[in-house]
Amino acid sequence: MKFTLSWLKDYLETDASAEEIADKLTMIGLELEGLANPAEKLAPFVIAKVLEARAHPNADRLRVCMVDPGTGEAVQVVCGAPNARTGMVGVFAPVGVHVPGTGIDLKAGVIRGEASHGMLVSEREMMLSDDHEGIIDLPEDAPVGTSYAAWAGLDDPVIDVAVTPNRPDALGVYGIARDLAAAGMGRLKPLAEAPVEGAFKSPIGVSLRFEDGAERPCPHFVGRYFRGVSNGPSPAWMQKRLRAIGVRPISALVDITNYITHAYGRPLHVFDAAKVKGDIHARLARRGETIEALDGRVYELDEAMTVIADEAGPESIGGVMGGEASGVTEETTEVFLEAAYFDAVRTASTGRKLNIISDARYRFERGVDPAFTETGAEIGTRLILELCGGEASELVVAGAPPLKNTTLSLRLSRVKSLAGVDIAPESQVEVLEALGFGVAGAGGEVAVSVPSWRPDISGEADLVEEIVRIWGLEKIDHVTLPRLEAVTSPKLSVKQRRRFRAARTLAARGFNEAVTWSFLPHEEAGLFGGGEERLTLDNPISTELSDMRPSLLPGLIAASGRNADRGAESQALSEIGQIYLGDAPEEERLHASGIRHGATGPRSSLAAPRPYDVFDVKADALAVLEALGAPVGRAQVLAEGPAWYHPGRVGTIALGPKNRLAVFGEMHPRILDEMDVKGPLVAFEVDIDAIPVPKAQRASRPALAISDYQPVRRDFAFVVEEEVAAERILRAAQSADKNLISQIGVFDVFRGAVIGEGKKSVAIEVTMTPEDRTLTEAEIEAVSERIVAAVAKATGGVLRA
Amino acid sequence: MDQMTDLDALERDITERIHKAEDETALEEARLASLGKKGVVSERLKSLGRMSPEERQVAGPALNGLKARIGEALETRRAELKEKALEARLKSERLDVTLPPRAEQRGTIHPTTQVWQEVIAIFADMGFSVAEGPHIETDWYNFGALNIPPEHPSRQDMDTFYLKPKADGSRMVLRTHTSPVQIRTMEAQEPPIRIIAPGRTFRSDSDRTHTPMFHQIEGLVIDETTHMGHLKGTLEAFCKAFFEVDELKMRFRPSHFPFTEPSMEVDIGCQWVGGELKIGQGDDWLEILGSGMVHPYVIKAGGLDPEKYQGFAFGMGLDRLAMLKYGIPDLRAFFEADLRWLRHYGFAALDMPSVAEGLS
Repeated sequence: MKFTLSWLKDYLETDASAEEIADKLTMIGLELEGLANPAEKLAPFVIAKVLEARAHPNADRLRVCMVDPGTGEAVQVVCGAPNARTGMVGVFAPVGVHVPGTGIDLKAGVIRGEASHGMLVSEREMMLSDDHEGIIDLPEDAPVGTSYAAWAGLDDPVIDVAVTPNRPDALGVYGIARDLAAAGMGRLKPLAEAPVEGAFKSPIGVSLRFEDGAERPCPHFVGRYFRGVSNGPSPAWMQKRLRAIGVRPISALVDITNYITHAYGRPLHVFDAAKVKGDIHARLARRGETIEALDGRVYELDEAMTVIADEAGPESIGGVMGGEASGVTEETTEVFLEAAYFDAVRTASTGRKLNIISDARYRFERGVDPAFTETGAEIGTRLILELCGGEASELVVAGAPPLKNTTLSLRLSRVKSLAGVDIAPESQVEVLEALGFGVAGAGGEVAVSVPSWRPDISGEADLVEEIVRIWGLEKIDHVTLPRLEAVTSPKLSVKQRRRFRAARTLAARGFNEAVTWSFLPHEEAGLFGGGEERLTLDNPISTELSDMRPSLLPGLIAASGRNADRGAESQALSEIGQIYLGDAPEEERLHASGIRHGATGPRSSLAAPRPYDVFDVKADALAVLEALGAPVGRAQVLAEGPAWYHPGRVGTIALGPKNRLAVFGEMHPRILDEMDVKGPLVAFEVDIDAIPVPKAQRASRPALAISDYQPVRRDFAFVVEEEVAAERILRAAQSADKNLISQIGVFDVFRGAVIGEGKKSVAIEVTMTPEDRTLTEAEIEAVSERIVAAVAKATGGVLRA
Repeated sequence: MDQMTDLDALERDITERIHKAEDETALEEARLASLGKKGVVSERLKSLGRMSPEERQVAGPALNGLKARIGEALETRRAELKEKALEARLKSERLDVTLPPRAEQRGTIHPTTQVWQEVIAIFADMGFSVAEGPHIETDWYNFGALNIPPEHPSRQDMDTFYLKPKADGSRMVLRTHTSPVQIRTMEAQEPPIRIIAPGRTFRSDSDRTHTPMFHQIEGLVIDETTHMGHLKGTLEAFCKAFFEVDELKMRFRPSHFPFTEPSMEVDIGCQWVGGELKIGQGDDWLEILGSGMVHPYVIKAGGLDPEKYQGFAFGMGLDRLAMLKYGIPDLRAFFEADLRWLRHYGFAALDMPSVAEGLS
């Protein structure tokens, strides 16, 4: 919302400077967006007299002028304007000045052999209007040597404020003046709202044609007929104000409606009455009806939109934009003025559907003052008569203003309890009254009637806000929240802690934590088990971000592809975040996932890098699980997993068939192909939500049991069928003596002719740690035999000869 | 006399041989040749038995003295050789320590995660617990319960992401703010309530400072006495702690949000010094959050009595906080997982934010 200081002062009697007003606006909730004085950049443009204008010796269209810019010294300027003539008073820009209309910094030059030291400028060159017919031609008595901007009244700061959607009343300069006056920045002048006596009866009638019973989309319509008007350009003062706020002057009648829109937040419309057929009425549009609007476009309407129509059809889109057919022109002499109230919700939806942005829509959709319709018409009437002449009919009125007449009760103690400040009751009442509220009653609780221009005020808290806003938020003392406990107790749940532990465990293992989109392309969702319709966006921002992710991997894999394209040879990317298996809260699961791509490191003289493999990510998954407190010792590794992994290189870490904690493996080559990422690439996914939460956290540890006796190590090599999983051999061996066998591991897997087709030899090392004595050879032998027997029973393996 | 001369000569020979021994083998040979079972000294010692007592009285001490001195010489030489061998070994084992070590991957924590934990650390100290809610929300939790009417522009498809309609025509919403957690918390918990709710949020927006997904943090205090003074005090305390400044210029401006009344936006003072943003002082203002007293409608929607309970709420962008504090220019880069960016702006695994140790 833009306005100028002088415009504001039409309604606000104040001595405050533009800066003081600007600061105050921000502090009462009308946030300053800009404060600029157009005169500042035009200051060097001075009023000058053309002492002599003679023909240019070498160019027919140019003139050589001797100009007096008030310094007493004549300056020679070459000028191309047709109206340059001896004795005229114009506006001169000396060398060094920036000309806003052309974007050029003026330099001294020679034009066709004649020196030129500056420029006589047009309005367009000063960006004051589009006028470029000739240079500015001022009255003879204009004071030579003074700044043109100051003389022309351009020294009028333009203030721009952001108005929150709850404050339609501040979409007019008058409403802003009211707020400022309440905040102590001056005195609000009363509205000049005296009605104009009608000279005749309007030949055009108005009516509301809506179904009975329903809330009427246009409940109040006020009109007035004018005859004998002449619609030339509006006066300079009006044009200047409109131009200052970025509204292009068109003609007096149009400018008047725009002026009142910005001055009072009250949009009006003018029809060329000669082009109106029959009476004017408000009704809902009929599906398929079309209208050519003032922007020159044709819009197709539907039955949810309000139109103002005559017997020929829609003449304007209610609250949004007028129609071209009945628009006023310079030839217009008969005018019909419309001041109507349009429902906010319907106006907004119409504007959105038709994609029309207009000053009228902007105001109606936020809620124009319903009590101001007739006043707006009267103010418009006076301006039309004043600027265009002619005479006005009596008002024609249909319907009535939809007034809410809200009265709220306010406990004067509420400001203290809600805002934490003591504001004297009389000051509270004073603020409310200055804003136009009525306050009745006395004592602790008063009845407050809400002014018609404040649709946003609906409860006691709103009144407290008004009082505090105007009184000054900055004056509320800062208070520290009382401490609830001497030492802060833990504030994170187990799951919340796990999120950060997972992130930091992985970072410690060399992963770069990433955050990728929660949505991904539909095809990628499908590759990772997602892509169901219920997890597809109805209105994605792009097809790349269309489906909720079923896994963290596609985002990481895609990122690793981009990184590899930029030359990254070794990558470990992780992410901790939600995946979406459904649209219910419990179907969002927190995952910690990671990918490794490329080699373990750069080439080195010390150790040859190797490609990352499945066992790197298996270690990652186990490390995360362990850090998060999962009972890793009880977990099994199953040689199976989701379809997006290589079927022979995938594992699932599970506590049981129903409780899968993590998967890891090499990505399926087909998936990488589809995603256009070069493999191999290994990955893991830990389902943080699947990890059991311990019932009670115990700080104390079990006592340390250590043996004083030497551990004994024995190696065994078993020949087993190729399909036998190593873990089965280890588990069987371990079962031979759970207490004695303290550690067990695989140190070699061998295949070859000596072993036989379809078989492999798995070599394991078993560590036995006795608790209370040194083991004898016989005892070791006995355990060894049990190990061999257990492995044979479980896997059919035989000791390799 | 003869014998003594002979012993002197013998000792000279043996000692010379020991001194000349250049390695363990030669030294051992020298030992065997002298003190070994069949060594010259041993042989002579054996001959003592055959001597007369007088001869033995002279030869015994002489021979034993010789044996002891040879033993000593052997030890000395052995130590010398060991030292030499060690020196030679150390010389041969010399490495070029300027070679780069084996590569290790240095992991990093994403700035959003870091700031997430910083914010938790500060608010936890002020007694706030951490609450969470789903990203896929119902219309009620995301809009209705927060006093956002059906016709409100923020519900439009151009601002808010929706999932495909269900059979009944309703659409689930990707939450546009963390505020739904206010309602879920009030439903689940009796006052006094003090929570923050950090997490992902979604809006249909994309430019340098807006991305379709970002992170917010919500704050909510509900009890019977908390007022705007507490809100201002809490936000000031947070901002000072988070930006790690002793003095902080702040500005509280009246504003409007459907779910708070009165509402205010908060700016912090800042200035640009040589292309770098300095937070705390200066003539410019930077808007960092929206806040206000929880709207009575919202308290009621959360199942509580607004005549009895009141409190404040605020919301701010986590990614934006990270950008301001750590001078990260472009929001979009947060979600691109560019390794170069992650390594440059990331934090070490052990950089755990703590109020006691310091946040950054």
